[in-house]
Amino acid sequence: MKEEAQLIPNLFRKEFSKMVAVISKLFGLQHIELAEDIVSETFLAATETWRIKGTPQNPTAWLYTVAKQKTLQHFRRSKIFDKKIIPELSALQEKDHEMPELNFSHQNIRDSQLQMMFAICDPAIASEAQIGLALRILCGFGIDEIAEAFLSNKETINKRLFRAKEKLRSEKVKMELPSKNEIANRLNNVLHIIYLLFNEGYYSKTQNQILQKDLCIEAMRLALMLTEYERTNLPKTNALMALMCFHASRFSARQTSEDFFVLYEQQNEELWDKALINQGIHFLSLSAQGNEVTSYHLEARIAYWHCIKEDTKEKWEEILHHYNLLLQINYSPSVALNRAYALYKAKGKKAALTEAEKLHLTGNHFYYTLLGELYTDIDNQKAKENFQTAFSLAKTQTEKQLIQRKIYELN
Amino acid sequence: MKEFVLLFRQPNYDYRNTDPEKMKELGKKWQNWVSGIVSQNKLSSNGIRLSLEGKVLKPGGVITDGPFVEIKEKLGSFIVIKAESMEEATTLAHGCPAIDEGGSVEIRPVFS
Repeated sequence: MKEEAQLIPNLFRKEFSKMVAVISKLFGLQHIELAEDIVSETFLAATETWRIKGTPQNPTAWLYTVAKQKTLQHFRRSKIFDKKIIPELSALQEKDHEMPELNFSHQNIRDSQLQMMFAICDPAIASEAQIGLALRILCGFGIDEIAEAFLSNKETINKRLFRAKEKLRSEKVKMELPSKNEIANRLNNVLHIIYLLFNEGYYSKTQNQILQKDLCIEAMRLALMLTEYERTNLPKTNALMALMCFHASRFSARQTSEDFFVLYEQQNEELWDKALINQGIHFLSLSAQGNEVTSYHLEARIAYWHCIKEDTKEKWEEILHHYNLLLQINYSPSVALNRAYALYKAKGKKAALTEAEKLHLTGNHFYYTLLGELYTDIDNQKAKENFQTAFSLAKTQTEKQLIQRKIYELN
Repeated sequence: MKEFVLLFRQPNYDYRNTDPEKMKELGKKWQNWVSGIVSQNKLSSNGIRLSLEGKVLKPGGVITDGPFVEIKEKLGSFIVIKAESMEEATTLAHGCPAIDEGGSVEIRPVFS
């Protein structure tokens, strides 16, 4: 019974993006809303018909057939419409309007989806809108789910998506794969959006754990698609894939029944997903080719070493080394902080303290938490002061409780 | 923020007979030191590495095989950093591995 109830939502998630991609390919990206409407109508029809007549033998084929019919109907309607408002249309136009067949072959679905990925990840669209649009068009998320993921409301998300689609039109973004020379460069945008999508799930603002996991799985699915296509299966694609596998392997271990995260140090490694770690190692080895070292390569290495629970000097020296390199490609305060932590694990508290004191990341509660940690047992008074500053800056209740526990342990 | 060049000089850069493990350690030492500066977001440019060999052109068209025998410290390479003042730039130069090798760091403001 439950399976029945889940059938349509599951199919929607799986097929929505494929169908929208194929139909948009036919009509052109400027009519992406039309494609969305046709697919939504198709699913509505499925819900109604299947309830009465039962689920068809092959639900996917049923969906494709109905989508074809609906596309055809729409096409005929718009043909009349076009004829009425643009009477001067020539025979040439008439010929253009001959209905080509919608092609739901495996090959065409794959190509259309890849083209859609490159179109949506076009740098012309602002990246926040881009993630929203990717969630909608590439992953088939509902507006309410996207709103929840961004801790926003439906109206804001709808506006954002509307603007993003406007941008697709005004920038005349086309559904096509970049040329061979361009692809490596354009791929960077696609990988970046997938990376953001994954992070949106992994470090999510929402407390909905199922949604968090879904976001991560979708990001991985998109990257996997890129590894299956020769021209996008580059070392950096595999590096990103490895990175996501390693992080995702700790999903179950870091979650409790409450809304808490279990910190890395306290995780039960029995709960780490060994199969995903092995997948990660597989992609990591595929990423170790060519000359390009991307931040994904470095982050994947760092994540790999975190999959070894035992603290050894080698582990933290390697992590430190890769954070050093990462900083030079991509400075950010959080990388600087993580590097200081690795320095502490590799070279001890005193060495790390000298460096950490110089960072001056005031206003960042993680910074004061780290300083508190480093001062513990060296100067407990200073440790306490830093934890207190961290406490006053922390934004969530969970973080405040963690810091409070540290202050408590000092006494 | 102003820019300053840190020029590294050392009496010797010949590592041909150095133990590979030691070489690796030395590499890490440099990397950790530079990363400390990057951590503070104060590195402008990683500079370039200079090769050991070279020529020097002098007045009268005299060409010699490098300046290396005539001055005590060879110029190794450089990085460009960002700092508010000469004092801060000098502080950032502290801990440079060249000093441990008996060398020096020359701190020069970039003319702007």
